[in-house]
Amino acid sequence: MSRQALAQAGRWRRLPLIETPRLRWGLAAGLAVYLVLALSTIDVNWARVAEGASRGLNFLAAFTQPDFVSRRGDILDGILESLTMTLTSTVIGVALAVPVGLGAARNIAPWPIYYLCRGIITVSRTFQEIIIAILFVVMFGFGPLAGMITLAFATIGFMAKLLAEDIEDLDWRQVEAVRATGASWWQTMNHAVQPQVMPRLIGLSMYRLDINFRESAVIGIVGAGGIGATLNTSISRYEYDTAAAILLIIIAIVLLCEYSSSHIRRWTQ
Amino acid sequence: MPVSTTPQGTPTWRLRTTRAQWLGYLAWLAGACLFLLCWKLISDNTMWVFVEDAGRQGSDLISRMLPPRWEIAHRLWQPMWDTLNIATLGTLLGIAMAFPVAFLAARNTTPHPLVRSAALVVIVSSRSINSLIWAMLLVTILGPGVLAGIIAIALRSIGFVGKLLYEAIEEIHPTPVEAISATGAGRLQVMSYGVLPQVMPAFAGISVYRWDINIRESTVLGLVGAGGIGLQLNAAINSLAWNQVSVIFVMIFATVLASEWISARVRHAII
Amino acid sequence: MLTLSQVTKRYPTGDRALTDIDLTLPRGQVMALIGPSGAGKSTLIRCVNRLVEPTSGSIRLEETELTRLSGNALRRARRAMAMIFQEYALVDRLTVMENVLSGRLGYVGFWRSFLRRYPADDIAEAFRLLERVGLPHAMDKRADALSGGQRQRVGIARALIQRPRLLLVDEPTASLDPKTSRQIMRLIRELCAERELAAIINIHDVALAQQFADRIVGLRAGEIVFDGKPGELDAETLTTIYGEEEWDTRVQEEEAPSAAASAAPAPATPLTLATGGAR
Repeated sequence: MSRQALAQAGRWRRLPLIETPRLRWGLAAGLAVYLVLALSTIDVNWARVAEGASRGLNFLAAFTQPDFVSRRGDILDGILESLTMTLTSTVIGVALAVPVGLGAARNIAPWPIYYLCRGIITVSRTFQEIIIAILFVVMFGFGPLAGMITLAFATIGFMAKLLAEDIEDLDWRQVEAVRATGASWWQTMNHAVQPQVMPRLIGLSMYRLDINFRESAVIGIVGAGGIGATLNTSISRYEYDTAAAILLIIIAIVLLCEYSSSHIRRWTQ
Repeated sequence: MPVSTTPQGTPTWRLRTTRAQWLGYLAWLAGACLFLLCWKLISDNTMWVFVEDAGRQGSDLISRMLPPRWEIAHRLWQPMWDTLNIATLGTLLGIAMAFPVAFLAARNTTPHPLVRSAALVVIVSSRSINSLIWAMLLVTILGPGVLAGIIAIALRSIGFVGKLLYEAIEEIHPTPVEAISATGAGRLQVMSYGVLPQVMPAFAGISVYRWDINIRESTVLGLVGAGGIGLQLNAAINSLAWNQVSVIFVMIFATVLASEWISARVRHAII
Repeated sequence: MLTLSQVTKRYPTGDRALTDIDLTLPRGQVMALIGPSGAGKSTLIRCVNRLVEPTSGSIRLEETELTRLSGNALRRARRAMAMIFQEYALVDRLTVMENVLSGRLGYVGFWRSFLRRYPADDIAEAFRLLERVGLPHAMDKRADALSGGQRQRVGIARALIQRPRLLLVDEPTASLDPKTSRQIMRLIRELCAERELAAIINIHDVALAQQFADRIVGLRAGEIVFDGKPGELDAETLTTIYGEEEWDTRVQEEEAPSAAASAAPAPATPLTLATGGAR
């Protein structure tokens, strides 16, 4: 019976999302099998969990009375180092991302440069900051310099990709209009491309600043400077009140960052 | 864009007024000073001897990585499977929790402003704290293993998915919602008929996007003991077996590229 | 059956949208509400089904005082009043059938509606209504695949499946072309007659209002300034409602130059407006 006739008789069902029944049931079965397989890989040591549960409660309790004082020196140094790393890496990363982004835009870059720049972007985006940090720590030794280079490298991939996408779909008529006046390549960039991508570039830089700060809090785990080392120590020593203090500071700074970046974005537009 | 007249009477044009121009210079100067100050702090904390050595260290590292020891690849399938599971199950758990939080956080669907603030706090805390930090905490609580990784990924995903989803909810057309309320529908019915169909595509897109990011993040959770390929990576690095590290890198690279491709295709199909 | 007395709406910004509205609507009457943009037409009908909360006054639907209802009582009251919207207000990503069935939400429970397990009677009725508005073949199409006129028909079917006693219609023709507008107005008119429905129709187009309504109420700056039969509407009253303008189109056509030159209101001759004149 057709769906219309069924509806007339008061029997109607919602259209299924996937029309072919075989595909529909196949997908559902595949999903179920995957879930069973994946869930079976989780092996939980319940004795260990029971033991840890009290620590979990301790940790939650620590948030009600975070301890900012007893490791004040370490926290202050770490936060300061994180902030300096964040700022310098963002500035350097964005500065380097601009040429890479220009090179990775299909509509303005010649082929060999395009592939080179796309390669840089892919490598930088694929690996987690922490993996890159490990390599740079081996090369440059422990300390904030390795962290800064790590974050700058990650910034290049992030910013250059988005910048390239922006340039690829900019309004081409404006570029042609400027070119028609007889402007050189640099003049075209300055008068036709820059005004179109600038507001978003500023917005993205602010966003990346925020991300870099959050990342700077973890790359310390592998020795690349910042608050991460202090956090790592306090957690592995079960000093949850200090850890809670550090986490609260991170949350506060991220909030501040977000609040001010929305202001700066409004101001630049 | 002021046009002024010189004493000779010829009009000149400048992009900005003199005052604005000086303010601009001043801002740049302040920025440069801040940057230099930060740079000095970093440089003070750096052993420059090591840095001078960096080129040699780097080439040394590469020579140790090559050629990769492909023989160990067969030992890596199991941890890679764990990594995929951490990312996928973590994403599923995360979006399941983010979904209600986003509805509580969106201005037009929240039951009460106080509830909204609470939901926003949840989103911000989850967003501010990297999944690696969550993993560190959870490993001390649950013990090392895949479960800690899954929960760490889920906790981090709440903020990301929640934020993007509540922004999507705030941008829906209000008229269908009004129309559904006018039929005498209850609160939940208004959500399921008026709001849900409008945000579903955004929700699916955001979830797939987050899954892609989570694959990337779950590759390193093992560094702090939360399961997956990161455990192998950590072991290889600690034993300075760089030719094994390079094999792991290649596998991570391939997996991440594949997941990015899948996610881009799925998002393209949805939108 | 519907009685408004002393209804006032003041927005938090301090703007007075409605001032002391008194209005009684008997069963089966189709009333057109006309007035300039911002006169409070939309606010008035939204106060009736409480999409907008009136600041003071009383609104009674038969025996029920609407202004004090909340929760389930408000839901039950809203079932009796169906609304038809300007931009159709369909849920674009749902199918036509689902949109029509959403008119039953006030009657079925959450899980039934969530799983789309509507009672057989509702489904059969939904299909009958789709046939009545001429769209049975579009049942499984998504709402955003329809044209404007078709969407408004779906909107009407959704309203009628509520089995309402009162229709609240907000600018039903504002986004439609003249021909479709007439068809939609005629459909609403016929359906009201078939089911003995009372209706309040907000409408910009005075000619349409005259053609299809039993009664016309003119609103200006939140106050009722005219209430009468369509035939009683003349240039003078239109001037009180909308302000000064050259109302008589016939005069305009014949003496265009002089009419354009003088800003004086047209003489108060018995009026035949655009469509009336054309026929």
